[in-house]
Amino acid sequence: MTYYAYIVAVFVLLTGVFGIVRSRNLIHTVVCLSVAQSGTYVLLLAVGYQRGVSPPVFGSPPVKPSTSVTDPLVQALTLTDIVVSATVTALLLAIAVQVHKRHGTVDPNELVALEG
Amino acid sequence: MSALIAVALTLVALGAVAVVMTDDPSRQAVTLSVFGLLLSVLFMTLSAPDVALSQIGVGTAIVPLMVMLAIRKTRDKQ
Amino acid sequence: MTRTVRFVMFAVAGGAVAAMLLLGVLDLPHFGSSLHPYRDAAVPAAVAHATSNVISSVNFDLRGLDTLGEETIFLTSVIGVAALLRPAEDEDERTPPRGGRLLDMTRLFGYVFLPVTLAIGFITVAHGALTPGGGFQGGVVLGTGIHLLYVAGSYHAIEKVRPVEVLEYGESIGAAAFACFGIAGALVAASFLGNILPLGTFGELFSSGSVLYLSCAVGVEVASGVIVLLAQFLHQAIEVESDVEAANA
Repeated sequence: MTYYAYIVAVFVLLTGVFGIVRSRNLIHTVVCLSVAQSGTYVLLLAVGYQRGVSPPVFGSPPVKPSTSVTDPLVQALTLTDIVVSATVTALLLAIAVQVHKRHGTVDPNELVALEG
Repeated sequence: MSALIAVALTLVALGAVAVVMTDDPSRQAVTLSVFGLLLSVLFMTLSAPDVALSQIGVGTAIVPLMVMLAIRKTRDKQ
Repeated sequence: MTRTVRFVMFAVAGGAVAAMLLLGVLDLPHFGSSLHPYRDAAVPAAVAHATSNVISSVNFDLRGLDTLGEETIFLTSVIGVAALLRPAEDEDERTPPRGGRLLDMTRLFGYVFLPVTLAIGFITVAHGALTPGGGFQGGVVLGTGIHLLYVAGSYHAIEKVRPVEVLEYGESIGAAAFACFGIAGALVAASFLGNILPLGTFGELFSSGSVLYLSCAVGVEVASGVIVLLAQFLHQAIEVESDVEAANA
């Protein structure tokens, strides 16, 4: 039970990849990629969590410099991760729109122009 | 581990399965929005308010809006 | 490759990845343990710079270089989407269809919450060093808040309010301001993005040196970037149609 959070993170990642494998629509694929990236957020925040302490935002100056809070560094990493994920999703959706304009379909099984 | 965190983690896992198993992309945009909300609830229970704010803004509003606009553009007009 | 081959390959590879990941996470410290060496180093450094929000301090002060890279990624992706979604030669602009039904409740909700959302966005950006929030979160709230005009009004309403050319300049100015702060830090304090402004008292608005101004620069860039990004998608979905679509309509 102490590892439940990490197992959920791995599960979300693999669920997203499974969605990419079975997808029949490029936009569905992009959304499943976004789900897979959410697994990494859960893993990062689970690593930084400590039971029974407050978030790393202080109302008044802390009495001693080493007050226990949850880890701020992994939260900053997760913030950057969310920004990058949103930008990658935007670019992939723009590419999917262009693929539809050129080939008339967004079904990956019908996009045969790249094959052999 | 407290019950609240365990429930939030389970809801996130179920939400991920729901998003992936929704085949119609226009329905998937709504499911993705709900998944983003479940993620931000999980982040709040893990004492990360900054990340929860960011996830609400991005995962609940911007990405589903872009997905719906892309779906509208790539709809086959028959 | 057929679907069956794809599934079999995923089963094999996914199983191997799952096994390795599970072996890896079982070696991590217990969930909720108190072993956090990065926190023990970051929190005293942030408090020494009089910053209440330690995450903003990590983002804009202790690891400002990573935020510069992240903002460059954001800027580049908005440019990339603008390049990908520009109308091609065989596409015309058409006037967007007027009308459509809208519940009165939706319209009321949009018009009441638009100023509230914009105010919340400005506060989140300005108090980046004090409360949870900061440049990125406030910028996202501002950028999507403006689109309440689209959701509760019409496409024409938001077109009047949103000058896309000015916002493109605004985005570049925000990103450039961040880099200029870095160069100023390099010139004055001999370290790129060093905290060179007076630190102030813990918990006041003008504390923590340059974190406030970097937060505002990032807020301007992200808000403008989000509006420009959504403008590209809205323009393509609503106004532009190719000759093929016009023939089929």
